[in-house]
Amino acid sequence: MLLIDCPYCGPRNGSEFAWQGVPSPRPDPASTTPLEWRRYLYEEDNLAGWVEERWKHRSGCRAYLIIERHTATNEIRAVRLLGGTPL
Amino acid sequence: MSNKGARGRLPARFSAFDLMRRRRSWPQAWRERDLKSTYDVVLIGGGLHGLATAYYLATNHGITDVAVIEKSYIGGGGSGRNTAIVRSNYLTPEGVRFYDRSVKLYEELAVDLNFNVMFEQRGHMTLAHNDSSLRTMRWRAEVNKLEGVDSSVITPSEIKQLAPYIDVSDHSRYPILGALWHPPGGIIRHDAVVWGYARAADAAGAHIHQNTEVTGIDVEQEKVTGVTTSRGKISAPIVVNCTAGWSSLVAALAGVKLPIVTRPLQAAVTEPVQSFLDPVIVSGSLHVYVSQTARGELVFGASVDPFGSYSTRGSLDFIEGLAGHVLELMPSLGRMRVLRQWAGLCDMTPDYAPIIGPTHVGGFYVDVGWGTYGFKAGPAAGESLAQMIATNSIPELIAPFGVERFAAGTLMGEKGAASVGH
Ligand SMILES: Cc1cc2nc3c(=O)[nH]c(=O)nc-3n(C[C@H](O)[C@H](O)[C@H](O)COP(=O)(O)OP(=O)(O)OC[C@H]3O[C@@H](n4cnc5c(N)ncnc54)[C@H](O)[C@@H]3O)c2cc1C
Ligand SMILES: [Zn+2]
Repeated sequence: MLLIDCPYCGPRNGSEFAWQGVPSPRPDPASTTPLEWRRYLYEEDNLAGWVEERWKHRSGCRAYLIIERHTATNEIRAVRLLGGTPL
Repeated sequence: MSNKGARGRLPARFSAFDLMRRRRSWPQAWRERDLKSTYDVVLIGGGLHGLATAYYLATNHGITDVAVIEKSYIGGGGSGRNTAIVRSNYLTPEGVRFYDRSVKLYEELAVDLNFNVMFEQRGHMTLAHNDSSLRTMRWRAEVNKLEGVDSSVITPSEIKQLAPYIDVSDHSRYPILGALWHPPGGIIRHDAVVWGYARAADAAGAHIHQNTEVTGIDVEQEKVTGVTTSRGKISAPIVVNCTAGWSSLVAALAGVKLPIVTRPLQAAVTEPVQSFLDPVIVSGSLHVYVSQTARGELVFGASVDPFGSYSTRGSLDFIEGLAGHVLELMPSLGRMRVLRQWAGLCDMTPDYAPIIGPTHVGGFYVDVGWGTYGFKAGPAAGESLAQMIATNSIPELIAPFGVERFAAGTLMGEKGAASVGH
């Protein structure tokens, strides 16, 4: 079970958050090839180790977060707001 | 198949009579071998899929210079952690055909391997609590029938007859409108399947190397040449990735990237009680399924955990949610106690269908993406993979499951039949 320290709400149960995985840069639809686009859609690094993922505090403040988590131990070492400091 | 009968006549090796006559311990079922520096085929992963492939390579094609490389112990991955549901009532015709072949192989497996795998075809029931799931059940039933698979939609009163302890009244929070009923489905003894294949593959000449980890895959000019293991190097022209939850990591060793995310799947088992539940019951809306083992325990499962992870630690969230849902289905279970819960790793693909076949690296094959549903697939996957390796061509049964479908945009769409009922 995860405990996620939301910058707005403080430590909250992981079940309040929606996992969105490791974001990868979206290719420009105007210039990308179908193959590149499908790679973007489907292929995953699926690393066992430290990753930077996007989560959403779905049942809380609804902020998007970037979380550094170890995928083999589920340890979390950093939580920050997507896009930097709060408004 | 023609070569089945002969193997079936072998004397029973594990009878009580044999134990008394022998007055000493049974012989090792599979041997520990020295690691050779070269093999014709290296199968990475000593789960059901690796072991079944080794077995069919030997028995159907006479290819015995084969190594199964397992980093831990055989069956220590998903093959020893699953809830052992076998069925073929899928949604896509390609899926139904494939899983039906596996059910057929399972029906003969105890005789084939001379090992009691305890396959009990008690029927598999998927409940519908709303119109949209009832519509999917009808769709599945028609696809199933077209492929010759016994499957039909039944009414609440028929459900009550088959499983009297289910609440089919219209007072429940999610009233039951009907169900997809699949008589050939059932449960099996998963460890026995693993051990049976391991023993038979070993007897046929394959080497099973436990406690041996593949740490590198050697590729020269886009062709695989062998693997590096924790016990030394092996050269081999054919290497197959059968590592399920770890398959992305193993594929990466060969420079192959897969459309897979590893997610934990949890399950739980209660104390044993007298037998009262015959079929396997699945409820997609309630995110739960249940079966009763021959020993009397209730085995529960649900969907995968809500985030990707390589951790096999169970969570309170899971068991809490599960208990609530089970009680909505069978209120009379309120006083049963859960004995243990556990988790295994599932290699999830975007379309809930497997990835079997060649990769862009010559000689490097994958048999992955088995997600939450690959135990039932082991025999057919092993048989097809063995055929592919022996004939160097892709059998029709697995042709729809190549990795190129993601680039071509021809995904399978099996989610409706695989996300809760594994
Ligand atoms: C809780 C749960 C319930 C399930 N229920 C069902 C069900 O009811 N019905 C069904 O059909 N399926 C079910 N499944 C799915 C099923 O268990 C798997 O799809 C299936 O067991 C996969 O078999 P496998 O042989 O491909 O992989 P595994 O059995 O996972 O074997 C892979 C092996 O590879 C080894 N390995 C990994 N990396 C390396 C390396 N670098 N070197 C050497 N070895 C390595 C691992 O140690 C492991 O033993 C369930 C899974 C879980 C977790
Ligand atoms: Zn918050």
